[in-house]
Order: sequence, then structure tokens, then C-alpha cells
Amino acid sequence: MAFWFQVIPVLVVLVLALFVGTFVERRHFRSLATREAQFRDMLVTDTGRLPVGCAAVPFGLVIGEVVVASDYFKTFVANLKKLVGGELRTFETLMERARREALLRLMERARAMGANRVLNVRFASSNIGGTSRRRKNAAMVEMYAYGTAIYVPEQATS
Amino acid sequence: MIVVNTEAIPGYRVTEVKGLVQGNTIRAKHLGRDVAAGLKNLVGGELVGYTELLVEARRQALERMLAQAEQLGANAVVNVRFTTSAITQGAAELYSYGTAVVAQEEA
Repeated sequence: MAFWFQVIPVLVVLVLALFVGTFVERRHFRSLATREAQFRDMLVTDTGRLPVGCAAVPFGLVIGEVVVASDYFKTFVANLKKLVGGELRTFETLMERARREALLRLMERARAMGANRVLNVRFASSNIGGTSRRRKNAAMVEMYAYGTAIYVPEQATS
Repeated sequence: MIVVNTEAIPGYRVTEVKGLVQGNTIRAKHLGRDVAAGLKNLVGGELVGYTELLVEARRQALERMLAQAEQLGANAVVNVRFTTSAITQGAAELYSYGTAVVAQEEA
């Protein structure tokens, strides 16, 4: 009986995390897709050379950052998968969400500046709590994207 | 597909910039490898299992990045960068990104 008192709350949280987590993730992916569609015309590269015909203004550093957490269910599945090894797909979607969101925020700020290109983009990430033993079930990732926003008039090439 | 981590390709001229391409993967080794690595930590030296893990992850991330570049119609990826992050214990995330371009051989 005491065994079930320990197991049932975990199962309830797992099932809840599965449904709510999936819902939240799907909504995030949908929102990413619709917002990315608005930035089709913005060229983002990780090369640093200034293109020909680049305007002097606007010109400046743009940053996008976000912290995303995995849900309890996905972390649970990943911890099971770690026993046998291989790809941890449940965490891959977490990283994808973080990177796309960070890049989107970077592009939003670039557009607010009046830029139409972002050069020399770099990504940095750090983990908050996800790797410590005590908080094993809280996989979180902080993603940071930064680059230089510039404006290149349409008629200028490359 | 030409892959370089410099901005220019010697002997080639970039004619079109397609944009950022990326590939990521998170991989783990089975429990046996984790235990073996833990034991190896006592005496030091290379953790062969984890080296293998990184090699596999790097290959997969690169493959995914190149697939994206191919989809965009690029024939080269310049300025390739790699980053790793430790999302959870005993697993490695490898992320590679670069700029997909169309490059033409200089006459």
C-alpha cells in the first residue's frame, strides 16, 4: 500500500506533464512557424564580411535570448533512453525550440532597428540546473544568439 | 559540397548567399559505457566511449547541416562553427552552423 502512495503521485505528474507539455510544445512550434514566415526576407548569416553597398546606418549589435525548460515527462523519457544510449530526441526538440526562439527575437530586434540583414551570428548556451544531480528532473537551457544588424539596399548585390 | 570554416574559399568566388544552416543532435552512450567512464575517471586517461560519442554526434550534426544546405540549393557551406552544450549528465549535444552559399570556380 505504501508503495502505491509513492508511485501514484509520480504517475499523475507524468501523465499531466505528457499532455500539458505536448500542448505547450505544439503551440510554441506553431507560433515559431508563423513568426518565422514574417522574416523570410531577412538574410541571416554567420559570416562577418560586410557586403557591398551596406549602409552605415542602421548598424549595431542585436541580441536574442531565451530560457526554455523541458517537461517532466520528456526528461523522464530521456533519462530512460540514457540507459541504452543513442539519440535523445526529446531533448533535441527542446534545443531546437530554444535556438529558433532566440534567433527570432534577434531578427525582431534587427527589424525594429530598420535592418534587413544580420551578419556574424553566434550562438551560446548555458544550462541552468539541468546538469546538477539534485535537480535531475529540471532540464533547462538558456540560449543566446547575437549578431550584427545591417541594412543593404535591394539593388546592391551579394 | 565544400565545407570550410573560413569566410572565403580559395579559388572560388561566392555568387549567392543562401543564409544560415544548422544541424544539431543530442546523443548518449548506454549505461555500461557510463560506468566504464566512471571507473576510468579513477586512473585518468582518454574516455574512449565518450570520444566515440562525440565523433558520432559531430558526424550526425554535420550531416543534418549539409542536408539543409542541399535543400537550399547551395554547393558550399562557409564559416562553419561547432558548439557543444551539456544538457544532461552523460549526454552530449553537438550543434554546427554555417552560411550556405553558391560558389563558382574562378576562371
